Amino acid sequence: MTQMARATSEVTGGSDRAMAIEPRASRSWWRLIVLLFGALVFIFPFYYMIVGSLQKTENTSPSGALPNPGNMTLHNYGQINAAIGLGKAIINSGIFTGGVLLATIVFGVLAGYALARLSFRGRGLLFALTLLVLTVPFQLLIVPLYVLIARNYGLANSYLGMIAPFAINSVAVLIFRQYFLQLPAEMFDAARMDGASELRILRHIAIPLVRPALLTAMLLTFIGPWNEFLWPFLITKEQSLQPLAVAMANYIDNVAATAANPYGAILAGACVLAAPAVALIIAFQRYFVSTNIGSGVKG
Amino acid sequence: MTSAAAPGKHRSGATEPMATEPIATEPMVRRFGRAVLGRQPIGMIFGAPYLLFIVVLFAYPLGLAVYMSFHRYFFTAPGVSVPRPFVGLSNYAAVFSDPAVRQSFLNLLIFLVINVPFTVVLSLLLATALNAAIPFRAFFRTSFLAPYVTASVAMIGVWLFMFSSGGIVNSALGPLAPVPSWLVNQKWAMPSIAIYVTWKGLGFYILLYLAALQAVPKELYEAAVMDGASWWHRLLSVTVPGVRQVTTLVTLLAVITGANLFTEPYLLTGGGGPNGKSASPVLLIYQTGIEQNHPDFASALGIILVIGVLLIAGIQQLVQRRQA
Repeated sequence: MTQMARATSEVTGGSDRAMAIEPRASRSWWRLIVLLFGALVFIFPFYYMIVGSLQKTENTSPSGALPNPGNMTLHNYGQINAAIGLGKAIINSGIFTGGVLLATIVFGVLAGYALARLSFRGRGLLFALTLLVLTVPFQLLIVPLYVLIARNYGLANSYLGMIAPFAINSVAVLIFRQYFLQLPAEMFDAARMDGASELRILRHIAIPLVRPALLTAMLLTFIGPWNEFLWPFLITKEQSLQPLAVAMANYIDNVAATAANPYGAILAGACVLAAPAVALIIAFQRYFVSTNIGSGVKG
Repeated sequence: MTSAAAPGKHRSGATEPMATEPIATEPMVRRFGRAVLGRQPIGMIFGAPYLLFIVVLFAYPLGLAVYMSFHRYFFTAPGVSVPRPFVGLSNYAAVFSDPAVRQSFLNLLIFLVINVPFTVVLSLLLATALNAAIPFRAFFRTSFLAPYVTASVAMIGVWLFMFSSGGIVNSALGPLAPVPSWLVNQKWAMPSIAIYVTWKGLGFYILLYLAALQAVPKELYEAAVMDGASWWHRLLSVTVPGVRQVTTLVTLLAVITGANLFTEPYLLTGGGGPNGKSASPVLLIYQTGIEQNHPDFASALGIILVIGVLLIAGIQQLVQRRQA
């Protein structure tokens, strides 16, 4: 349909090209062994997380890695729910993540489009600033941001304070820019000649053509705030406002020692925290394409 | 670059979409506006929210960090005004003479020495294995990416369970298990963190390598096969040079990840323990800057850390340029 869609399918369908590289099929046995071993190492902790979260009494011997129907219970989920209030924590995570997603999809797309397709004074500066944001580690900014947001603006213990520093994901802005740049220039010229406004061009021509890129950028943007620990941990001391990752970390840090089966409860919470991201990667794994991410990172 | 719309009649008509329009009929005001603001000044409005975001939540805090590092600065109740005298480099001197800081940079070095080579070798190996018509390719890709997309807090829960003194790893190892156990052992705490971070981030680097591998011209492999090069030979003389740029990027990103290390020493080894042997610089920034109310010291430490990262990045660029 478009250049971009072709580019994406080229990457996802890479197996066809790869076959030519390694002509002899007999070669593939070592690949499978390496990959199976790798997959085992990557998946086992997830599997063990589920098994451990269901154990009635903690079993850390190797035999405990096998599900034992006699030692199974959902009690750990009840315990972590009683301790941190899973529902409230999930809602907090959702508001935090949703706010970032919304700001990124609205303002990030606008900025990406302006950087790619509009010629205006200050564009070079804006692009340079975008790259600078990606170079400076966020952790350098935590102390001044804490001073500003918690002390000066009084936004501690608020959703706004939580969302603000992440509001527009710069990697997503670069991905948007990259994809808008790949669209043919004649299309934009023609639409402008017809008198379409830039907002109209963006909404009705450009965005529909870069849907896969939007999805990739949204997936990347999602995992940031959903998994983020340090910043919301600093800014929310009130438990009723803490996202799930922060509530879980505090539970691991303080309360775990008092629970009957602390690891069972920790693992139950970990399962809940991990589930949305893992579900997304399973559903949309083909949108996690290296070129998108790579172009975002490399600029 | 944005003043590309050249002023007046020198505007080159050929590349302009409005070329057919006689220049004389265009109002002076609009022509002037274009010269100053660019051809689509609405771009300023489109970019404004993002620019505001960068200025308020990036540039200003960055400036404040630099300011704090050169002044005596501590938190006060809102509205209270206290003198914040300029103290020159004394915060930096305090950072350099602090043994905890030196220990944290040593820990970071241990982390990098383990994490970077493991990351590069394992992700290249798995990407090479994945770069073929393999059954269950999507399954493998997804399983490698799963730890990368999952919250570190969740994964740390499992690792604590697996690597605790009575955990499954130690009970499988039996008498070979280290005493004290991995995460509370002065010698093993930092390497454990390095291995954990390698495991967690590997999927992302595999994706980067996979894209680079698919860009290596297959004629090179065919030529190598014709010359009778072994698998190992092809890897060293075709694959590795072909993905060198990505290797540089992977190394740099791994260094940045290491410089940002916080959640793992905070949770996995209980606040940089044992005895500060797994404390990271960012953990110290948190402890001194926010817990102990020395944001000036913490800012100086942060700036030194960033300068260190930028130096490594600069050296890498130089090396790469020399090789090319």
